[in-house]
Amino acid sequence: MTRRLAPLERTSAVVNLERRLFLRRGLSLGALTLLTGCDVTNKDAVYQTLLAMSRWNDRVQAWLFNPNRLAPTYPESALSRPFRFNAFYEADKAPVIDGDSWRLELSGLIDSKQPWTLRQLNALPQETQITKHICIEGWSVIGKYTGVPLRSFLQRIGADTTARYVGLKCADGYYSSLDMPTALHPQTQLTVRFDDETLPTRYGYPVRVRVPTKLGFKSPKHIVALYVTNDDPGGFWEARGYNWFSGL
Amino acid sequence: MTASSTSSAPRIRVNPLVARLCHWVNALAIFIMVGSGWRIYNSDPIVPGLIPYFNHHYTLGGDFELSFKLHGEPGLAGATLWHFAGMWLLVINFLVYVAYGLVSGRFRRKLLPLRPREILRDFVAALSFRLPHEVGVYNAVQRLLYVGVLGLITFAILSGLAIWKPVQLKELTWLLGGFQSARVIHFLCMVGVVLFVIVHLALVALVPRTLATMVTGNAHVHPLTTGSRP
Repeated sequence: MTRRLAPLERTSAVVNLERRLFLRRGLSLGALTLLTGCDVTNKDAVYQTLLAMSRWNDRVQAWLFNPNRLAPTYPESALSRPFRFNAFYEADKAPVIDGDSWRLELSGLIDSKQPWTLRQLNALPQETQITKHICIEGWSVIGKYTGVPLRSFLQRIGADTTARYVGLKCADGYYSSLDMPTALHPQTQLTVRFDDETLPTRYGYPVRVRVPTKLGFKSPKHIVALYVTNDDPGGFWEARGYNWFSGL
Repeated sequence: MTASSTSSAPRIRVNPLVARLCHWVNALAIFIMVGSGWRIYNSDPIVPGLIPYFNHHYTLGGDFELSFKLHGEPGLAGATLWHFAGMWLLVINFLVYVAYGLVSGRFRRKLLPLRPREILRDFVAALSFRLPHEVGVYNAVQRLLYVGVLGLITFAILSGLAIWKPVQLKELTWLLGGFQSARVIHFLCMVGVVLFVIVHLALVALVPRTLATMVTGNAHVHPLTTGSRP
């Protein structure tokens, strides 16, 4: 594996064990084996080939990505109400965070690494977008997001915008990362309000990242840390096989 | 090939190497795309009343139960890995095949003309089993089916691109009626392709020697099967 796992909430031993089990038995090629009666002897090789293709798809998508191309926007009448909740846990398990003590930790290739408070973040100029959230599962919902463009935040904290990645860690153990061109896209947002109200717990209070040019799982909620790096930080679902770039 | 009773009959080249290679690569690509597509469908069924889910034993994307146990997700990750790898095989092979078919004149010679009257005539004849198989010549119903499946794969690719890149290719997605509409079109293309495969395999079962022809490229010209039509 060339992709590194971020040393995060889950211990690396557990992740490694899961990874090994997934490699060994995950690609049993059930249908293929059943239908043809042949035995796929090297399942790891099949999985490695698929992962290599996924990394190739990362490169193709980075090449296809036009930094000035905007995701379609919609009128208020198109808003999805109620807006679908989605996470790797049920809605009532979403982390309850105290906005007053919350801090956004900054690290990596950033000039000013002082943690940000919610009050500071709310004081920055904000923008509103009505865009479509598209899930890898196939469903989509249209939401109204208000927040600070990530681009202006990165510039304000003196982030090295020539670096390759922006990594994100969440209060619920989730993590993900963006390529720098997407982080600098005009619609990529540090969202603090949803549907004209304070961002509700179920949608990522106090801050989520909203990336309308990527699949929904690339818009992590409950952000607690942001870092700029040249080492691929990976992601929660990315470590489980979802394509890393997942651009729309 | 082993000797058979027809080995003395004259043989003609029906399917050139490029056509045969493209056919079998396409068969593999369709297998991968449909198998993994069914698994992806299960994450968010498009017609839950009609098809709530595809039995995961007949889908492609790794061990469903293990994935669910470890990750709480029904093998969608593995299915998308297959789908986004298989799409390259499908598209590149399809482009090679279409370019070859157009440049060589094979499409014009073998797939045209498409005349409703001939299609109706051959369809009625086929239903009453009075339609003879002519070596190297497609009857009007076959021509319609092959042109039809080429169209279905074309739309499967276009709607797939619209789903994959609804921002970078948003004009295409808009043309197909938006993201969810493009998903439905993609699904319907799959249904059409699967129906084609069923009919295609049934016809191969009725005239098994066509299978050998698609492997070796050669067909024995049997007196009974030699047609007089161009």
